[in-house]
Amino acid sequence: MAAFYSLILVLLLSIAGYFGGSAAGTFFGIIIPYAAIAVFLVGLVYRILLWANTPVPFRITATCGQQKSLPWIQSNRLDNPASGTATVIRMALEVLLFRSLFRNTKAEIKDGPRLVFSERKFLWLAALAFHWTFLFILFRHLRFFLEPVPGCVLIAQELDGFFQIGTPILYMTDLIILAALAFLLIRRLADVQIRYISLFADYFALFLLLGLALSGVVLRYFIKTDISGIKELAMGLVTFSPAVPAGIHPIFFIHIFLLSILVAYFPFSKLMHMGGVFLSPTRNLANNNRTKRHINPWNHPVKVHTYEEWEEEFRDKIKAAGLPLEKV
Amino acid sequence: MRDRSLIYLGLLVFLAVVTFPFTYNLAAGSGSMPDLEYPENETQCVESKEFMRSSHMQLLIDWREAMVRENVRTYTTGDDRNFNISLTNTCLAQCHTSKADFCDQCHSYAGVQEPYCWDCHIDPEQLERSAR
Repeated sequence: MAAFYSLILVLLLSIAGYFGGSAAGTFFGIIIPYAAIAVFLVGLVYRILLWANTPVPFRITATCGQQKSLPWIQSNRLDNPASGTATVIRMALEVLLFRSLFRNTKAEIKDGPRLVFSERKFLWLAALAFHWTFLFILFRHLRFFLEPVPGCVLIAQELDGFFQIGTPILYMTDLIILAALAFLLIRRLADVQIRYISLFADYFALFLLLGLALSGVVLRYFIKTDISGIKELAMGLVTFSPAVPAGIHPIFFIHIFLLSILVAYFPFSKLMHMGGVFLSPTRNLANNNRTKRHINPWNHPVKVHTYEEWEEEFRDKIKAAGLPLEKV
Repeated sequence: MRDRSLIYLGLLVFLAVVTFPFTYNLAAGSGSMPDLEYPENETQCVESKEFMRSSHMQLLIDWREAMVRENVRTYTTGDDRNFNISLTNTCLAQCHTSKADFCDQCHSYAGVQEPYCWDCHIDPEQLERSAR
């Protein structure tokens, strides 16, 4: 049902964008995008500052590899780094290559009965494909927001359309992102266990992204619109002199409205893993508990009574009893 | 904590990247929508202005298919006007004599990938320039 409700919601948002865009272009083309980016920036900064001010006094050592200890015990440098550099490498592998998703397994009860864990690499592959193509597509979209268009953006789109299929030339990333999103959605729906733990928010993000990608694909390949008009609108937004030119197809407003919703929803949702991955204490702290003493920085100052002080207090009595003194 | 400054630094870098289009255009000065040079002898293109703006590439590809594969050399519009199917002899020769002043204007403004029309077709202006 969660999947169904989120699909309905995204469809309603699309319909709102379609009809709202043609009826109230200023609202859907200017006010909502500005509001969305403002919510995004403020919300994201707020969440990061909140996380930055959350105390992480100790290193979390529950990692996947052998800790560095004695020289003759081989340690796993990347899974259980002891130095800052190795931690940076672990972070880079996690952020750029999603190493922890590579460990994805599926648990099944086989005949016996015995529990069997089998590898499932497709989650990792689809996630990698989705995130990288999404980044590439965002980068490609800079051609609408920058004037003059920098050469690297043009090179990126030329590489993307390398095979020169169709008119306008088919972008490979468009195919990859749709396939990856479709896989990620089907994965949640097909497997009963994953479906059980999937929530409204999981499907909503997926349908939002699918809607965004599909509306973009439709605009480029099927129902075309005046692209220089769209650039005019985008340039108006980034130069703070917004205007909605006439003759923009309503499908474009679906695209920009879904994007605005995605961007505004971002700080309040699981999409914040973009910032959160950098702040994961199990990933970003070196495991050097054995070599370095970590003292809780906000330890309450405890009043202690040392042996020296105790001896001083009872000096006479100890002496009278004939017991040995440390300090004679 | 000593890591906090690192987080703030990362956040600042991220904000700089996200707001890059705003700062870039402040620095570069906003290029506005190009003014196209329209031909003096014609007021109406093959199809309506709106259609040509959004879908001229589709029309040109359809023309190519009709001409090259089906040997159809005349295109009849909805309002019964006939055109010789030819980029060089119709579009370029009759109206848009300068690729640089017409085609390239919007293409470079919107960052459109250089269309492969010019792999085969000759830009007459350029030909003139190289002949001189």
